[in-house]
Amino acid sequence: MFVSSENSSPALKDFTLVMPAVAVGNVGQLAVDLIVSTLNMSRVGYFHTDCLIPMAGNNPYATCKEDADELHTAAEVYTAAELKLAVLQIRAPIVQTKSKRFRQQLLSWIKASGFSRTVVLSSSHAYQRDDQQLQGSPLRYLATPSLLKGSGDALKQLGWREMEKVTAFPGVADASSEPRLYIPGGGITKGLYTDSCADDLPLAVLLLFCSEGDNIPDAFALVNHLNDWLHLLHHQSHEPSGKWKIPTSWSLLFGSGIPPALF
Amino acid sequence: MATFFGEVLSVYSRAVEEDDDDIEEDEEDEQIRRELEEKREVQLQWGPEISQSLSSGNKLQCSEFIIGVGHNASSFLSAYVLASAGWAAVGRATAWNERSRAVTGQSGEDSACVFHRHKDTPSVLICTVTGHIAEDQQFQWTQKVLDSLQQRQLTVTVLADGSVADYKTADYLSGGAAPFLRCLRSGAFSPQPACPPLEQPNILTGLPAAVLNHCQVHRIAAVVYQCYSDVIGPDSVTMETYKPALSKLAKSIQLDTSLKTDVLRKLVRTTEIQSNLYI
Repeated sequence: MFVSSENSSPALKDFTLVMPAVAVGNVGQLAVDLIVSTLNMSRVGYFHTDCLIPMAGNNPYATCKEDADELHTAAEVYTAAELKLAVLQIRAPIVQTKSKRFRQQLLSWIKASGFSRTVVLSSSHAYQRDDQQLQGSPLRYLATPSLLKGSGDALKQLGWREMEKVTAFPGVADASSEPRLYIPGGGITKGLYTDSCADDLPLAVLLLFCSEGDNIPDAFALVNHLNDWLHLLHHQSHEPSGKWKIPTSWSLLFGSGIPPALF
Repeated sequence: MATFFGEVLSVYSRAVEEDDDDIEEDEEDEQIRRELEEKREVQLQWGPEISQSLSSGNKLQCSEFIIGVGHNASSFLSAYVLASAGWAAVGRATAWNERSRAVTGQSGEDSACVFHRHKDTPSVLICTVTGHIAEDQQFQWTQKVLDSLQQRQLTVTVLADGSVADYKTADYLSGGAAPFLRCLRSGAFSPQPACPPLEQPNILTGLPAAVLNHCQVHRIAAVVYQCYSDVIGPDSVTMETYKPALSKLAKSIQLDTSLKTDVLRKLVRTTEIQSNLYI
């Protein structure tokens, strides 16, 4: 459930919500980190739930010594009021038996807050792509009918590729098996999408095919892709990292320092 | 994933199996799942005096709640605080999970957390956790325990065990650095802690994190002192590392500062027998 960190609950009505799905390579979570850190968003509350494995740490977006000593939890909500943007960051895996409950909690919070649209940043196993998915860009999108009503034209102009439906046995003609939506390694992505379709919620999924490893380049690809649509950051830079600010918590990705006696 | 030196580590993937939900459950599956969930529920058992007071709607009066998580932390509390006269066990919490030993009729000794209270200073409650609380039980444990305490003026202190292998730092840690303390505190905790704060990208997980999250969300003053040790299993040097953390509380619990080396020795003796193989 959502718990405000201020004395009054924040106004989130008509905001755009961007949230990650805990998925392969944590790409969605890394992309969200870039958004929060670059736009200097402020924390407005926590998503306090028994469905996430507990974790805590000091400020992951610390810029100086003064703001480093500040507790942050497993799931938190940030806002940038001038952009009408809210972000939910999830920093821990979901307890395996509770993923359905977590999805329900998320959707009821999304409904209660009155977000104008929700964008889920996600990823899927690159090695499970079928032949048609192997070609071209690794980025895909999915949009619920309710979102297409408002943003359908904008999505069409961007020329993005929709996530293909795949058959259960590729290459085998079987009239009885319908092509289906399949997002291996995507965690709650598919569940969130199908539930939102059923509940007529405006929700889009942006996903990237990738593998586990150093997923920082994947995060930049996904966040730049999102930026083409939402224009969170106006930049003309051709560098892949653009003007995104890497948070301090991304340091030491490959472990501690090396013993100096080694050289 | 390959590390800096090129060796390949098997990485635990956070990606959840996507098709979990698609499996159709029949009634029997559901019943098994429900029964398992019931069995995994955290149970709190208070002594007669406290349970009587709790059942009449009162919350446990408490201003200092100290939790020791892990063998070193709880042994430290046993040696320095609980060894003096006047402390009595007033309750216990049990959590059955995959690491509990099969003991028929009663919950395994390992999964027990014991609550202690001093007869002269009943406002201090000490809990020693030596068993394993599973990931899905940590939230529930915290909620059940902290909900039975009154929350005004409450300060929660957690002492937790950790391994230096989990500690990340840009400088190379030389052999003499461990054991050392790092702390993490909730927004409502204002006094100066006894050690440096835990630096990013280090994080806390497990029961200490669950307690801290609960306190942050409910605006309770809380601090976690995590001890990073390079010794596997209980040892007296690691236990003494917690001393500065408790000296902050010395006034309220009348900490016995005289060295209880004999008590510490007794606590570590059982593991020493196995580890003298190479001496």
